[in-house]
Amino acid sequence: MNRRLLGLLALAAVPVLVVGVFFVLPVGGMLALGFWPDGDFAPGAALEVLTRSRTIRVLGFTLWSAAVATTVAVLLGLPAAYVLHRTSFPLRRVVRALLLVPFVLPTVVVGVAFRQLLGDAGPLGFLGLDGTPVAIVLGLVFFNVAVVIRVVGGAWEGLDTRAGQAAATLGASPVQVFRTVTLPALRPAVTSAATVVFLFCATAFGIVLTLGGTRYATIETEIYLLTVQVFDLSAAAALSVLQLVVVVALLVLAQRARVVAPVSRAPSRPRRLSRADGVPVAATLLVLAFVAIPIVSLVAGSLQVDGRWSLQNYAALGTTGDRDALQVTVTQALVNSLRTAVDATWMAVGTGLLVALVVTRRSRAPVERRVRGLLDGFFMLPLGVSAVTLGFGLLITLDQPPLDLRDSALLVPIAQALVALPLVVRTLVPVLGGIDDRQRQAAASLGAGPLRSVLTVDLPVLWKPLLAGAGFAFAVSLGEFGATSFLAREDFPTLPLVIFRLLGHPGELNYGMALAASVLLAATTAFVMLLVERLRVTSVGAF
Amino acid sequence: MLSLRGVTVAFDGEPAVDDVSLDLPDGQVLAVLGPSGCGKSTLLRAIAGLEQLRSGSIAWDGRDVGSVATHRRGFVLMFQDGQLFDHLTVARNVGYALRLRRVPDLERRVAELLDLVGLPSYGDRLPGTLSGGERQRVALARSLAVEPRLLLLDEPLSALDAGLRERLAADLRQILVASATTALLVTHDHEEAFAVADRLAVMRSGRIVQQGPIADVWRRPADAETALFLGYAAVLEGDAAARLLRAAGAPDGPAVALRRSALAVAPDGPLRGRVVSSRLTPDQVRLRLDVPGLGELDAVAPLDRHPGPGDEVAVRVDGTRLAPIPGA
Repeated sequence: MNRRLLGLLALAAVPVLVVGVFFVLPVGGMLALGFWPDGDFAPGAALEVLTRSRTIRVLGFTLWSAAVATTVAVLLGLPAAYVLHRTSFPLRRVVRALLLVPFVLPTVVVGVAFRQLLGDAGPLGFLGLDGTPVAIVLGLVFFNVAVVIRVVGGAWEGLDTRAGQAAATLGASPVQVFRTVTLPALRPAVTSAATVVFLFCATAFGIVLTLGGTRYATIETEIYLLTVQVFDLSAAAALSVLQLVVVVALLVLAQRARVVAPVSRAPSRPRRLSRADGVPVAATLLVLAFVAIPIVSLVAGSLQVDGRWSLQNYAALGTTGDRDALQVTVTQALVNSLRTAVDATWMAVGTGLLVALVVTRRSRAPVERRVRGLLDGFFMLPLGVSAVTLGFGLLITLDQPPLDLRDSALLVPIAQALVALPLVVRTLVPVLGGIDDRQRQAAASLGAGPLRSVLTVDLPVLWKPLLAGAGFAFAVSLGEFGATSFLAREDFPTLPLVIFRLLGHPGELNYGMALAASVLLAATTAFVMLLVERLRVTSVGAF
Repeated sequence: MLSLRGVTVAFDGEPAVDDVSLDLPDGQVLAVLGPSGCGKSTLLRAIAGLEQLRSGSIAWDGRDVGSVATHRRGFVLMFQDGQLFDHLTVARNVGYALRLRRVPDLERRVAELLDLVGLPSYGDRLPGTLSGGERQRVALARSLAVEPRLLLLDEPLSALDAGLRERLAADLRQILVASATTALLVTHDHEEAFAVADRLAVMRSGRIVQQGPIADVWRRPADAETALFLGYAAVLEGDAAARLLRAAGAPDGPAVALRRSALAVAPDGPLRGRVVSSRLTPDQVRLRLDVPGLGELDAVAPLDRHPGPGDEVAVRVDGTRLAPIPGA
């Protein structure tokens, strides 16, 4: 074994250990519980679950809702990506930032916003959509249209306009230019965005749980119900495996779709909006309204008590709610959330940086390349495994020495860091991968040691993406619900958990507090993401 | 016939193309020659309908095309780097415009075009596998496919290396003449302009400073700067110009431009100069001469005579290699 390979493995050791202990072990433990119920391999009970009519219905609903939501998100996102990234108009940056807000909103907040909007007393209650599959799909679209705009818009912005102009001078109308030149060039980005959105939709937890209850369940919420309420662990394990298989297959497909003929990129000046842009502009306004209405209705709802404007819901955030619905005050939960997010952030960024360094270094030998490829896939695993599975697995495996972390304050941040890890890695990898290795070779040939060359070559381009990745991880941690709902201690809940609990308790004050707490959480995450947006790192949210 | 009247294009208030008027009769090739950044590519894009005019008009056969969208103008623009569609094969690139128009017998026409540009049997290749010269040939075939009423060429050869450029320039001229295509070419290379065009317009800082049949422009540059840009080696003014013109036996004038070979070493020459440096080339000996009253100038000597630095030589002036310049 040569020295390079040894160095690679040494660098990879820490993240492999972290992901191994805190991810593979718990998920494995969860699966073991299902397939080895009494220590003996007895998969029968687990496999039986897959034949239940409810399981088939849940799987069907998962795929159907994800497919419909993905289609709608792509159809709405494409014209908006064009308008926001290809044309110029006043307040473009503001509109762009506004449309990205849903992307970072905690899922619970989105769920609350849609219930407030579509509920019987809500502004759109007359549509009778509350509790229907349509509401779930709308929620999923709301959450994911930003992903499409971001990924496709980024690709569209860098697209060389001259290919389209060449087609136009050859007689292609704008529609024909789009169909024959622009769309083929965008296809990798669209496929990539659609896959990620499908993935997010198929594993969505908070939205489905708040909007669908027990009537409409996806695999993810079903795993939650099976473990927490029914306590049928083998069934939950079987569903986890099913989900893992589907998601890994999707990730492989997404990876394939990304490998395409290089598209020539050239920065281009955004065009002034013209009358020919009528259709995309109308679609963008629709998206804007679609994004703004639930948020406005949420904020408006939080400011009303008994049909009158009031700040009472916000004043109540310092209390534990009507009939002591909570163990701690909402403000205390916010403090908990922030403290947890700080820990989760340094863990995710530290691990993510090591991972990014490992997978982007240029390989010299086939063995090295294969090892790197394996590691790359390994570190993406948390993206594919349900947060619920992870949370439950952590709970049941890390309960005995030497790893008895059940009461440790670090367990929740660890789980959240693992959820955020793939996103941090995806933010850093394109930047690190974009550095020409010859720059480092030039530094080395001028006498710089390995550390020195990192300082002169990598750090100057990396610090902004690092900060952006940290902010991203922070926002993800603030909103994380699936894993946290298992792991958080009763006396140390985070804000999303408190919101969910308030929703489950009767009483108008509790509901009003849930709205106000959602606004508070949304404002906090939006603030963090606005700071990230200011860094203008394009790889944030690029998958 | 293409007519431009007072065409002005501005970016952020700064005019890039300033009050340009041009005429291009059918079947002719016009080269717009100018240094980089003079606005010639912007002019081309404006004609194609890719830039908005601030003022002026662009007309074809007397009909204004200003409000006609790019894809309806029937002017095809061939980009500097070809802009082939990388996801389509060579044949599909060439047949692109034909397919848009649902032209029958498409395969035969594509094969003809590939023959015309000297790339038969390239149809199934992808653009990524072609060399720079091949890409430009494919781009040319694609541009000619629909027999555009006007072909716009943006520095079609400048991305290629020198030898290839010369060969392709000759081919381009031949193809344009054979297909009787009206074409407008912009370039910064006067050799390319001479090789391809019938007419020449010289552009500087967004303005057309001179235009006409190519030989006329070349023989009578409008001013010193134009002369230097057209490949003249030096421009003399006032007394120096008068002395040189007298030595050449030409009528007097305020200024004169001379080519590098205008002075030739000859025992009976009327001028004398001291050799500053000399360099052997395959065709002749190139000299720098210090001629009293004229300054340091280029000159040539036949290969059998090779004067060294410091030598005094007599030179004669070849009147056909001079160009008088009106009031510099």
